[in-house]
Amino acid sequence: MNKSVPQKLKYSRTHEWVRLEDDILTIGITDHAQTMLGDLVYVELPEPESNVEIGHECAVVESVKAAADVYSPISGEVIEINEALLENPQFVNEDPYGKGWLFRIRPFENDVSTDVGKLLTAEQYTKQVASEAH
Amino acid sequence: MPFIPHTEQDIKEMLETIGVSNIETLFDEIPENLRVKNLPFIPASLTEMELGRLMRERAAVDGGLLCFIGAGAYEHHIPAAVWEVASRGEFLTAYTPYQAEASQGTLQLLYEYQTMMASLMGLDVSNASLYEGASSLAEAILMTVRSHRLHKKYRIFLPRTVHPYYKEVVKTIVSQKEIEIIEVPFDPATGCTDMAALKKLSSSEEVTALVIPQPNFFGRLEEVDTLTDWAQAHGALVIGVVNPLMTSLLKPPGQWGKKGADIACGEGQPLGVPLASGGPYYGFLCCKKEFVRQLPGRIVGRTFDKEGKPGFVLTLQAREQHIRRAKATSNICTNQGLLVTASTIYMSLLGPHGLRQVAAKCHQNLLLLKEKLLLIPGVSLVFEGPALHEMVVRLPTSVDKVLQTLAEIKIQGGLSLSRFYPELNDCLLVCTTETKTNEDLERFAQALARALSDSKKKTIPDKEYCIV
Amino acid sequence: MSELIFEQSHKGRSARAQAPRADTLKLTIPSAFMRQDLPLLPEVSELQVVRHYTRLSRKNFSIDTQFYPLGSCTMKYNPRGIHRLAMLDGFLNHHPLSLDVNSQGYMSLAYELQEILKAITGFCGVSLTPMAGAQGEFAGVAMIRAYHRSRNDTLRDEILVPDAAHGTNPATASQCGYKVREIPTGADGNVNIESLRAAVSVNTAGIMLTNPSTLGVFEQKIKEIAAIIHEAGGLLYYDGANLNAILGKVRPGDMGFDVMHMNLHKTFATPHGGGGPGGGPVAVSERLVPFLPTPMIVKVTDQQGAHYRWTTNADCPESIGRLSTFMGNAGIILRAYMYIRLLGREGMERVAEFATLNANYLLAKLKAAGFTPAYATRRASHEFIITLKNEEKELHITALDVAKRLLDYGFHAPTMYFPLLVPECLLIEPTETEPKELLDAFADTLLKIIHEGKENPQWLYDAPHTLPVHRLDEVKAARDLDLVYSK
Repeated sequence: MNKSVPQKLKYSRTHEWVRLEDDILTIGITDHAQTMLGDLVYVELPEPESNVEIGHECAVVESVKAAADVYSPISGEVIEINEALLENPQFVNEDPYGKGWLFRIRPFENDVSTDVGKLLTAEQYTKQVASEAH
Repeated sequence: MPFIPHTEQDIKEMLETIGVSNIETLFDEIPENLRVKNLPFIPASLTEMELGRLMRERAAVDGGLLCFIGAGAYEHHIPAAVWEVASRGEFLTAYTPYQAEASQGTLQLLYEYQTMMASLMGLDVSNASLYEGASSLAEAILMTVRSHRLHKKYRIFLPRTVHPYYKEVVKTIVSQKEIEIIEVPFDPATGCTDMAALKKLSSSEEVTALVIPQPNFFGRLEEVDTLTDWAQAHGALVIGVVNPLMTSLLKPPGQWGKKGADIACGEGQPLGVPLASGGPYYGFLCCKKEFVRQLPGRIVGRTFDKEGKPGFVLTLQAREQHIRRAKATSNICTNQGLLVTASTIYMSLLGPHGLRQVAAKCHQNLLLLKEKLLLIPGVSLVFEGPALHEMVVRLPTSVDKVLQTLAEIKIQGGLSLSRFYPELNDCLLVCTTETKTNEDLERFAQALARALSDSKKKTIPDKEYCIV
Repeated sequence: MSELIFEQSHKGRSARAQAPRADTLKLTIPSAFMRQDLPLLPEVSELQVVRHYTRLSRKNFSIDTQFYPLGSCTMKYNPRGIHRLAMLDGFLNHHPLSLDVNSQGYMSLAYELQEILKAITGFCGVSLTPMAGAQGEFAGVAMIRAYHRSRNDTLRDEILVPDAAHGTNPATASQCGYKVREIPTGADGNVNIESLRAAVSVNTAGIMLTNPSTLGVFEQKIKEIAAIIHEAGGLLYYDGANLNAILGKVRPGDMGFDVMHMNLHKTFATPHGGGGPGGGPVAVSERLVPFLPTPMIVKVTDQQGAHYRWTTNADCPESIGRLSTFMGNAGIILRAYMYIRLLGREGMERVAEFATLNANYLLAKLKAAGFTPAYATRRASHEFIITLKNEEKELHITALDVAKRLLDYGFHAPTMYFPLLVPECLLIEPTETEPKELLDAFADTLLKIIHEGKENPQWLYDAPHTLPVHRLDEVKAARDLDLVYSK
């Protein structure tokens, strides 16, 4: 079954997706990630107004069989978290790129094009997922 | 060879199926230079009959003692039904309930245990137990650290009135991480945590958590409300370390101060587990709802099966070692299943009133014993103030010598405090439970009086010292 | 359907024979300290309690009632005589802080166990205090840390762990403040030596290994691995979970390990109790002796003869410290001692032989029936892995489905999905106390289940059918937490 990998988003090697709009990054986990985890039972999100560092864990998504860390693709300030997930973690399974978004960051750097440029395109991410499967 | 059922015929057929001529060949992947040639020091085998003889001899050496020691392990009457039922093969030889459908007995029992323990503590949730009291305190401390991930430093305030061995275990377990344990002194007159000293120690920096024992190691009752409110006003979490049997009578941690303690832990042994020369016991750990995902160890939840029938499963396992691995809340794999089984049966038999009666009877015996002991010349009470079933008395001569004398007539007089508290080197921690009769208390008091007078080497050896 | 004990409560009911007489009780405690409410404990009669918990017990699988081939758990017979003797009054009602002079019975036996375990494992020092395998591991890693610290070797902040390791290994390393670096396993089931060489550095504090490994095969290059680690200045930790495979045949001390833990509840037949208690004594080589957890028993011989005492802080100034309030799980220590006395030297050597015979026999039968072993060219140790990845691909039935259907046939399922490396795996450990005909029945049943799956996979998806409950909704359990009963 082909997992969806929307073209207009960017991806990290650790299975997060990133959407950049007006200098704000929205982050979530990919369809592949949510399938591997299974039904989510709990989501732990960062504190609003806290700082996150590029490449460091900042959230946890928990299913019955695994608790996986979510890594920040950029250094910045958390400006919004998806509070609906606290009561409805299953939104991440149902709609990982839409209502299953996790949190939003305002990056510290004005010019984030370098860091965002290092992220994978949809094609590159699809290739990576394919090579991981055996 | 005991317990191995194979006959010669079985072995022959099995080897044929495998395709080897002897059992030794099955070890051919192991390099020859690693093979042990013979094992030294292992005695020849015994039959069960011979073993029984040996064990009865050794048990007799340790038996027949009249015991007045508490200090973290307490002698209580355990109804026969507790261990008769807990020793059933289906409880005794079952494994961890990972296959939930095949373990509904154990799982339901654990759910009932969690309910009883949480309620006893006045808190929202309980786990399915940890190893024993001291390590459950260490786990509670680690919980407060995990809940304060944004703190730069972790400072845990630990009163000197907490069991000294608990302090040692906490240091062993917690010292592997960057956590500072700060000792809080006690007031020498009352034997309780010194509030003024506590305020002074914490004035400079953050307080992550305050540990409050109830009763404390000296048997004294601490000012739990004042301590709890103070700690929480400073943004610290409160960990109550309590005797669960006495908590049937005392205000439980969840009701301390304005907001209640955040976590409660301690030793479950008083509830239906025998002294057993030191273990196995079990540790309990309970907390407010908001900390449930930080609780280490196993937790049982109720749910439904595919047909809508209620059932029980281990839950929140993603936090545990077998899934989370390096990021687990703890490395713990076991809970003390068998002991929790016994405890749950015990609590069901005693019920809320029975438990309170046991605690009250312990207290009454303490009052009686105190009266008798304070009549002995030279014996004094060290700490003024309410106590439940333990007290500290000062003796006019060497405590160790007195204990040795009493030991000769098979009385364990209490715990000498000199190795734990240098300022209390002439003091004895004495405990009474509901198991003691008036005659037991009388016998102890007389023996103590004799031991004291003998050690002072008073003149007329055959004069009797009577206690009225 | 089994009600909860609380649902059978009636106000005013209790087991009246069990609580002390209430009439003359008076308290002198100020009311500020007193509880004003009643805790939620059942109010039932003694018969109700006995009936309720007896009924609950009958819903459990156990060694006493079913074959329990759980890999890595060594579910062998727990001898009844041992349980009874451990509950002799002199041991059972003895306070742990009694004076040494009144405790020589227990202490003499525990001392003998210390000595015997040294001999079995090939080490010089033993501490009986860790209360389970995970605590033994903690002690082991903490001792490694103490050792490096004592030599001011502060760069070492990494512990190596094979990717096939049991979850407690990395969790323990992390609890002791170490970073964990995983070493891959080769297709032959052994640690990849080249990857190991590459991973070793000045930061290596040590490595945690099991042998036979969690994959059920013997790590043949163990001496080479030991040399690599020791040369780099690290130490080797042995996870004793699989000791049953080599008991009396190979000693971890001889393989080059520096420290190990044993699982008394696995190898030494102490009862599992529905999840505990266990026993996790540690054994160490000479250089780690100063760091052993306290207290231990010392034998003193003088004019009065031999007697025993506990170590004090003065005896062990560099110890990592106490792990429990008292001296570990005394009752479990007694049971393990008794088991060893019943086996004796001859019996000890037979354990590994027959555990290995049973495992290889069952493996041969399953191979012949068409199942796929994970390591087809290797001998089974005391356990082995079969993978159902082909059955999953072709028939869409998983290890989970087969495991659940096994329960209907009165067999407890083997360990599933561990180790993580092998897809759809079942880790099977029959132990030495099971008879041949039971192994035959188990193999036949597994084959039967595969056939059932071919005919009608839904039957397996819906298994078990004959137990007190069907498959339980674990997602709901974790999402809508219901952890305590409320009225």
